[in-house]
Amino acid sequence: MKLTLRVWRQHNADAPGAMASYEVDGISQDMSFLEMLDTLNEDLILRGEDPVAFDHDCREGICGACSLVINGDAHGPERTTTCQLHMRSFADGDTIDVEPWRASAFPVVKDLVVDRSAFDRIIQAGGYITAPTGAAPEAHATPVPKPAADHAFEHAECIGCGACVAACPNGSAMLFTSAKINHLNVLPQGSPERESRVLDMVATMDDEGFGGCTLTGECATACPKGIPLPSIAAMNKEWLRALRKG
Amino acid sequence: MSEYANYTTGEPISDTKAPEGPIAERWDRRRFEAKLVNPANRRKHTVIVVGTGLAGGAAGATLAEQGYHVVQFCYSDSPRRAHSIAAQGGINAAKNYRNDGDSVHRLFYDTVKGGDFRARESNVHRLAQISVEIIDQCVAQGVPFAREYGGLLDTRSFGGVQVSRTFYARGQTGQQLLLGAYQALSRQIAAGNVEMHARTEMLDLITVDGVARGIVARDLITGSIETHYADAVVLASGGYGNVFYLSTNAMNSNATAIWRAHRRGAHFANPCFTQIHPTCIPRTGDHQSKLTLMSESLRNDGRIWVPKAKGDTRPAAEIPEAERDYYLERIYPSFGNLVPRDIASRAAKNVCDEGRGVGPGGQGVYLDFADAIRRMGRDQVAEKYGNLFEMYERITAENPYEVPMRIYPAVHYTMGGLWVDYDLQTTVPGLFAIGEANFSDHGANRLGASALMQGLGDGYFVLPSTINDYLARHPHQDSVDDDHPEAAAAIRETRDCLAKLLAVDGDRTPDSFHREIGELMWEYCGMARTDAGLRKALARIPEIREEFWRRIKVPGSGAEFNQSLEKANRIVDYLELAELMCLDALHRAESCGGHFREESQTPDGEAARRDEEFGYAAAWEYQGTGAAPVLHKEDLVFEYVHPTQRSYA
Repeated sequence: MKLTLRVWRQHNADAPGAMASYEVDGISQDMSFLEMLDTLNEDLILRGEDPVAFDHDCREGICGACSLVINGDAHGPERTTTCQLHMRSFADGDTIDVEPWRASAFPVVKDLVVDRSAFDRIIQAGGYITAPTGAAPEAHATPVPKPAADHAFEHAECIGCGACVAACPNGSAMLFTSAKINHLNVLPQGSPERESRVLDMVATMDDEGFGGCTLTGECATACPKGIPLPSIAAMNKEWLRALRKG
Repeated sequence: MSEYANYTTGEPISDTKAPEGPIAERWDRRRFEAKLVNPANRRKHTVIVVGTGLAGGAAGATLAEQGYHVVQFCYSDSPRRAHSIAAQGGINAAKNYRNDGDSVHRLFYDTVKGGDFRARESNVHRLAQISVEIIDQCVAQGVPFAREYGGLLDTRSFGGVQVSRTFYARGQTGQQLLLGAYQALSRQIAAGNVEMHARTEMLDLITVDGVARGIVARDLITGSIETHYADAVVLASGGYGNVFYLSTNAMNSNATAIWRAHRRGAHFANPCFTQIHPTCIPRTGDHQSKLTLMSESLRNDGRIWVPKAKGDTRPAAEIPEAERDYYLERIYPSFGNLVPRDIASRAAKNVCDEGRGVGPGGQGVYLDFADAIRRMGRDQVAEKYGNLFEMYERITAENPYEVPMRIYPAVHYTMGGLWVDYDLQTTVPGLFAIGEANFSDHGANRLGASALMQGLGDGYFVLPSTINDYLARHPHQDSVDDDHPEAAAAIRETRDCLAKLLAVDGDRTPDSFHREIGELMWEYCGMARTDAGLRKALARIPEIREEFWRRIKVPGSGAEFNQSLEKANRIVDYLELAELMCLDALHRAESCGGHFREESQTPDGEAARRDEEFGYAAAWEYQGTGAAPVLHKEDLVFEYVHPTQRSYA
């Protein structure tokens, strides 16, 4: 395949950015999207140009590093991560726009790389269960009903990529935050910190400059792990419950 | 032939610090004999932890909980992205919840045997003891393991064992365990006990009078070279499988931290012990950047086969049952499809070498779920393996519910690593190595679901106990700064290396060199190794290294975010490490576990160990780039598990 790429180039956080056009040729349908970008970068290096910077690591769809807006969609046309998107989803001759996550809480570091450390700070605010090493009771001391375990797992699958924020017109991190709250608050082990967890995480989320939720549902559509939209409602319910208790 | 192969043999390693006495009491004894640091004094001690995977994340969190000041590093933008996250299948523990005859002793036995008798008994036994505490710890953190309807934990079977002791969270066990450790670490970051440096890569170890006192690191965003000093340094930077270019490792996983520590005096043990995982998705072409694992858990229900006839190109569905060879079930009837990884990989290579491989280029075998779907129904298969099937289909555009998966072995894990004693301390005092970065516990072959166990065992329980003893005995009163001659030298060498990479301005990209060294290693130091092949590789590596320094092209500067520079700098280390791996493989003229020397096999083609000559761990001492290293042997003594020819038939 032969393709035209229009890629966001921005030298660093302070420099202005712009779209730049590149032609790539000899692209196989079996390549992943990132392997296609590898091909472009190999050419750019040999031509003495600066290769396109992008985050990526496991290339198995689990580490959450890759983060491209492709033709306007976070992670592109399939419901998966950018690294698991393959070129068979495109046609010969296509023009493809490649941009970084767009959100004020995710400033651009370089080209397609953004700073997602705000997500870490949301977790630091309460996205954990206080269980110092060595203090744990026997694993079977507390049975967890299967539906609760499954609910926790479904939300624990979040990979922290930030597609939800990138897809949201408000740049909201509600789906990310609610995934962790749903994971931990449903478990008996997470119950003692249930209220402080939701209050502190939501407060940090707001402080970091993420927008609010207006239920457009773009986040859940873009989520490569299928975190469901009702998690946000569940988080709001937890938050109200905690406020009343507090 | 290069000078490099003329290694000399130095003093054997006589003291591993493993306590004497009955094996089941040794860990207790070591913990009791270790000196402790008064809780009030712990905050005065700084510990550097490099890496935030299962081992590093667990260690950082636990040391901080104990009161130490932890300074931690990862190259990713967040500690949550360490490659432990990609581990799929599960984590072993001798809970015996199934009442199927499991015990600490059996897990110990299985691991020593699975490692083909090349691991240290004391360490392995400790790991088996700790395994049960790990599960308790993870459950308390909220790790959503698979559960039965009664609310209790579910388990499954993995290769090389006949009990069901593997705890799992669908096909994402590594992710869930890592997030547990990351969350514990996050709590300590918020509390101010851990100073976290993301997007920062360790580039050198700073030693003062032979003792580890700090690191040189590069801020990957600004490119600035920084130093950090501490009372002890812990490397939890993972394995070195990416020396092969194509592997199941993450793209940025690298050997730089351990290799540069090796250059500063830490012995490197058993570098040739690499694990080739039998069930990975076959490569599709030269553009391939990495290989994707399909969890070993699939071998619980999937059946591996190839056509009986050579060159049979019919689609799988058109090959009748009588014309299929379920070769693992045929050769190893008692373990069947669940033989250990090294054996399954070699068997796959053998049938492909015979011309019976399937798929493009004949480099694949079938992993077929048709029987499982008939037996359990499609829904239950989806419940167990759904995400793996989806990942497979995403990559290959084939639906494994309809047609059998095609799989082929790929580099996955490295059993070798920095040599450590019972306390997980390297030969550099004050430098510890945990998780895949060290060489301990798995011998010449790691069993499935044991890497997560070892990473978390080292991080949560072993290191936080043993490091106390070191810190209590070495209360460094003197502070070190950048003006110290040894620190200044490390900074200068780091800067010089980066400057040199940028200055060459040649005509080949970093990836082209990485691919070249990787292909060489796969060919001569991969699944089957020979004296002649290894010598060929040893002759070739210095030539590639010379060409690298003549032709490498790294665009941009060092004072900015520069991913090409990061890559090139890692390849500098691969070009030395590869040489040591080949030398280690050449000198070990026996087959054991994942190290298969064609000259040393049984009449049935199984690995033939030579215990009399090679019943030791090989710890190599660095002497300079391209200079022959010095071999130190640690004799392995088996008091509890008598070495035998492994049998899984």
